[in-house]
Amino acid sequence: MSRLYVARNPRVAARSLDGEMMIMSGRDSTLFTLNKTATILWQAADGATPLDEIVSDKICVEFEVEPAEALQDAETLARELADHGILQISEQPIPLTVPIAGEAR
Amino acid sequence: MPQPTIDVERLSLVIEIGGVPVRLNTTDAAFLKMLQERYSGYVGPPSGNSVVEFDVELIAPGTRSSDADVHVTTQQGRWMIERGDFHAEWKPATRQGLIRQVANRYSIDAVLRIVHTIVLAKEGGFLLHSASAIRNGKAFLFAGVSEAGKTTISRLAPPDVTLLTDEISYVRKRGEGYAAFGTPFTGELAKLGENVSAPVETLYLLAKGPENRIEPVPPGEATRSLLANLLFFAEDEELVQEIFHSAFEFVSRVPVARLTFVPDARVWELIG
Repeated sequence: MSRLYVARNPRVAARSLDGEMMIMSGRDSTLFTLNKTATILWQAADGATPLDEIVSDKICVEFEVEPAEALQDAETLARELADHGILQISEQPIPLTVPIAGEAR
Repeated sequence: MPQPTIDVERLSLVIEIGGVPVRLNTTDAAFLKMLQERYSGYVGPPSGNSVVEFDVELIAPGTRSSDADVHVTTQQGRWMIERGDFHAEWKPATRQGLIRQVANRYSIDAVLRIVHTIVLAKEGGFLLHSASAIRNGKAFLFAGVSEAGKTTISRLAPPDVTLLTDEISYVRKRGEGYAAFGTPFTGELAKLGENVSAPVETLYLLAKGPENRIEPVPPGEATRSLLANLLFFAEDEELVQEIFHSAFEFVSRVPVARLTFVPDARVWELIG
C-alpha cells in the first residue's frame, strides 16, 4: 500500500489563537477553524513526513486511539482539507517552495 | 480654415473619506452636482493630491447587464471592478482609473466602497459592517448582520454621541491602535456620518435580548465574528491574506465584547 504525503498549501493564510487554528482560503475567502486533531495534522503537514508517521508519532501520542482507526480518520480529514484547497496530498513527497503562510507571524 | 475643435470642460471633485482622497472627473455638470450633494461633508480641497483619480464616463441606462454580483480582480497591476451597473478599472502604480456607469449614486457608492477596501487592506485597515460612534473622545463599533441592531443603536444615541455611520465603519491603523472615521455610507437611518475620527475603544458584537449586558468574547470567536463582518470583495489571494491577518491584529489590540440590548435608550448607559 502506498504512503500518503500531506503539505500545507502555502497560498492560504493561517493563524493560531488560544489553541485554535484558523485558516482562510485565498481562493474563495472561506474560513476554517480546525479542532485539536486537525491542527496537529495541519502543523505536521510538511510534505516530507508520511501521513502514517504523523498519525503514529503525533496523533496517537496525544489521543488514546487505535493507529489503524486514527490513520483512516486522518486520511479522510486530509482529503477533505485537500478538497477545500488548504492542504495538498500526494503519494510522493511534496517539496515546499515558499514559506508556510502564517508561520512567520 | 481653422481646424475644428471641441472644448470639453472637465469637472472635478475630490471625495475624502477616512482621510483617503479620491478624485472624480466628469464632463457632466448634473452628475457633479449630484456628487457634491451626496458626499456633502466629505468633499476635499480641489487642489489636493489623491490616492486615485477616476475619469467617470456616463452611459445610458440599460446598456450594461443586470448582473448584481460584483467581481473584483487584478490583472497585470490593474484592478478591475465589475458589476451589472458599472465597470471600473484602476492602476495603483499610476493612480489613474476609469469608471463607466449610469448616472446614479448607487454605482459610484459601490465603486468607492470597493476602492477603499483595497486601499485599506494594504495598510492593515478595513471597512466593517457596523455602526460606529464617538463618545467622550473614544470611538465604539457596533457590528452585526442585517437586523442585528446597527441602525437601532444609532437611532437611540443620546445628544452627546457623534455618529460616524449606522452601516459601514471605516477603520484604519493609527499608532499602536486603530481609529474609526465617519463615512457617508448609510443604512436605514439615511443620515451621513460626521466626518471626524477617534481612537477605537471597543468593538461590540450586537445582539438584541431581554436585558442590557456586556460580556467578553473569547479571541477566537471575536476574530471569526470580525472576519464575518468585514467588507471585502477582491478575488486576490495576497489581499485576502492581508485582510485575514489584519483581523487578528485588530483583535489583539482592541477589546471585543458582546453587547446584548433591549431596544431603548438605556443601553447607552453602558457605553462610553
